[in-house]
Amino acid sequence: MVHIKRIQEEGADIIVVIGEIDASSSIELDLAIAKCVGEGFRKILIDCTGLEYISSAGLGVFMSYIEELRDKNIPMVLFGMREKVANTFSILGLADLLHIKQNKLEAKVLANELSV
Amino acid sequence: MNYQYNIGCSLSNLKGIREFVRHSLKQEGVPEVEMSAIVLALDEMCSNLMIHAHHCNPDHLLELHIETPSQGKLIFEIIDDGFVFDINDFHEPELDNLIHQKRKGGLGIRLVKAIMDNVEYFRRDNRNVCRLTKDVKI
Repeated sequence: MVHIKRIQEEGADIIVVIGEIDASSSIELDLAIAKCVGEGFRKILIDCTGLEYISSAGLGVFMSYIEELRDKNIPMVLFGMREKVANTFSILGLADLLHIKQNKLEAKVLANELSV
Repeated sequence: MNYQYNIGCSLSNLKGIREFVRHSLKQEGVPEVEMSAIVLALDEMCSNLMIHAHHCNPDHLLELHIETPSQGKLIFEIIDDGFVFDINDFHEPELDNLIHQKRKGGLGIRLVKAIMDNVEYFRRDNRNVCRLTKDVKI
């Protein structure tokens, strides 16, 4: 079960993910990112402070947007991951392919730098 | 100790599988980091089976068994009657290819192989058995 909400702050769309993302709920994350891109936001932040679990289905959603966002010059930065969630990204080496920061401030700074 | 959980092949049941594995491994004193990785691997294996071998039919059942023959030795068996979905037959796709093809699947097998020590398949009593093993320090 996952709850996803979106907050707009300083020109960035922040997708707040609360709960668990698995094969049954990854579609909700996919829809949230697709809406965000479709509505023309130029910076996307993913707030993972409430993310308790993610399986490959959720990781696959992030992976599937890497190229599209790179082509459109839209930075996507994840932040606030708990250790066990960060470990899942690390097992697959995704920490090197995605932009991941400790907190919202660092994520905003990186998104601003990348969007220049 | 032996633990068993029977579940229908609906993706909404994955949460129950994770809770069962967590609860069982907690009883065995498996440390949190290892436990989280193992829970993930079992979730991946069961969701693969539900999707590819059972087309998410909730009337089809999976049996999940956990055995701990000695301290730190963990054996997981997923037993079903479906088509055999052997992850050893699949090569993990390169991450670059997944990104380029915008594929959302293909990462689960890579995760399971990275987390578990061994994954094997065999038939027992006319049923499919997928056995995963993992040694942990307790």
